[in-house]
Amino acid sequence: MKKRLVDLAHARSGDKGDTANIGLIALKPKDYPLLVKQVTAARVARHFKGMITGKVERFELPNLYALNFLLHGALDGGGTISLKTDAQGKVFSTALLRMEIEVRK
Amino acid sequence: MTARPATVRVAGGQGFWGDWLEAPYRQVTGGPVDYLMMDYLAEVTMSILQKQKSRDPSRGYATDFVTQMERILPTVVARGIKVTANAGGVNPRACATAVADVARKLGLGGKLRIGVVTGDDLLGRLDGLIARGHTLDNLDTRRPLRDVRDRVRSANAYLGAAPIVDALQRGAQVVITGRVTDTGLTLGPLMHAFGWAPDGWDHIAAGTVAGHIIECGAQCSGGNCLRDWQRIPDMAHVGYPIVEARADGTFDLVKHPHTGGRIDVASVTEQLVYEMGDPRAYITPDGVADFTTIQLRQVSKDRVRVSGVRGKPATDKLKVSVAYFYGYKAIGTLVYAWPDALAKAQAADRILRQRLTDLGLKFEAIHTEFLGASATHGPLALEDVDVAAIPEVQLRVGVRAREEAPVDRFTREIAPLILNGPPSVTGFAGGRPKPEEIVAYWPALIDKRMVQPSVELIEA
Repeated sequence: MKKRLVDLAHARSGDKGDTANIGLIALKPKDYPLLVKQVTAARVARHFKGMITGKVERFELPNLYALNFLLHGALDGGGTISLKTDAQGKVFSTALLRMEIEVRK
Repeated sequence: MTARPATVRVAGGQGFWGDWLEAPYRQVTGGPVDYLMMDYLAEVTMSILQKQKSRDPSRGYATDFVTQMERILPTVVARGIKVTANAGGVNPRACATAVADVARKLGLGGKLRIGVVTGDDLLGRLDGLIARGHTLDNLDTRRPLRDVRDRVRSANAYLGAAPIVDALQRGAQVVITGRVTDTGLTLGPLMHAFGWAPDGWDHIAAGTVAGHIIECGAQCSGGNCLRDWQRIPDMAHVGYPIVEARADGTFDLVKHPHTGGRIDVASVTEQLVYEMGDPRAYITPDGVADFTTIQLRQVSKDRVRVSGVRGKPATDKLKVSVAYFYGYKAIGTLVYAWPDALAKAQAADRILRQRLTDLGLKFEAIHTEFLGASATHGPLALEDVDVAAIPEVQLRVGVRAREEAPVDRFTREIAPLILNGPPSVTGFAGGRPKPEEIVAYWPALIDKRMVQPSVELIEA
């Protein structure tokens, strides 16, 4: 069955120039391996297709049951240059939580 | 040599210039603290302060800090609390002088030594540095700074904790800095209090992680926390964070009793991943922290223990933050109501863009958002929404150009749509948008040996 990430994880995002970062944190430690397996950099890049112009990088923080994603070219230049409401990428976090992943019943 | 304390409590008082004005007072009066750290400087703040200083040489610092100090100084002096703040902006000496004046006005003359940290300001040295081969290439675009040299408004190296330690060792009770890293404001006090060595990399990393957690104020104690956000108690009286550190580098995150908010593994983890790059290498002037070594444990209500932090040696570079004039932008908005709110806003956007094209205006970017529909989550937001039922949508169009003229002409094309565009439109009470100067951020690195922090003391 499919589940939305919002039911499996919480998240916070921020910016570094034109790059948004999203920290994705498992609500329950037992679900962390599921996130590692399914929420890949490639999957996240597809999720945000049309919203970012650069690549997606992923880093693992197993100690915090968290994944960190860097979304390059996400902020229309970022900082003061950006024309976006979310120029600092603050709510990319919950946009990621819309993603559905496959969960074994 | 005085005895080393068993624990040291560093309170976070401001997460940015504009943060809650009540927080510093509540931190110094709500319970015991040894240090109060306050972060004031965002990347673009320095250029605004540089502009103020060029008009009036006695300005160029965070004036709100002086107002804050007026309120908390009597408590700070009575309780022996030490304060670290990067409120000095591009004029730390003027900021310190203003604080000293306030102290004397409060009858605290002779009772307050202020440390002033300078040496971060590179604006006057840029041509010399560039001539000597320090090209200050943009970390993102790789272009050398000489490409925008004539448009530079401010240039500051990020200093670390070392000059703060120096000031504290020389008896400063308030340390006012220019561009010191946010984390240095917490690490400095811990290095001073525990006598941590500058090359004790695990201690340096631990103090850096502590600084990262509290540098955004309440964002680690319940603020902006997504997990179970509706159950976080009494956010009206949110408790700002306190690091309660031990000499071995372990520390607890706590807050004062009878305050709101929540400190748990979830709230602290959310802050740890905030603005994170490669978690194995969180680089500061003081050292490199490995965030994959951090262990968190809830030891009691509103108390999270942080341990296991490992560090690596500092690099031989400092980060430099340059602000330069980029161009102009303007943002116009209108609100469209049901029925077909989104379709009306989309039609208005098409009409507007056609008119801009007909006028022959050239922009670097035109960016349209539909607030209430897809502004922040883009196409993802509309996947399971009954679009026809959306009650209202704000059309928000922004333009950006190197010259002011096309941006100014754009600002005159919004209001006409009220009468000559799609129906059911409102929300234009704010009037015509104004073209705004863009001062952009240019991140670079510089050889550490080129930057010499300096500390002076001012007696109130």
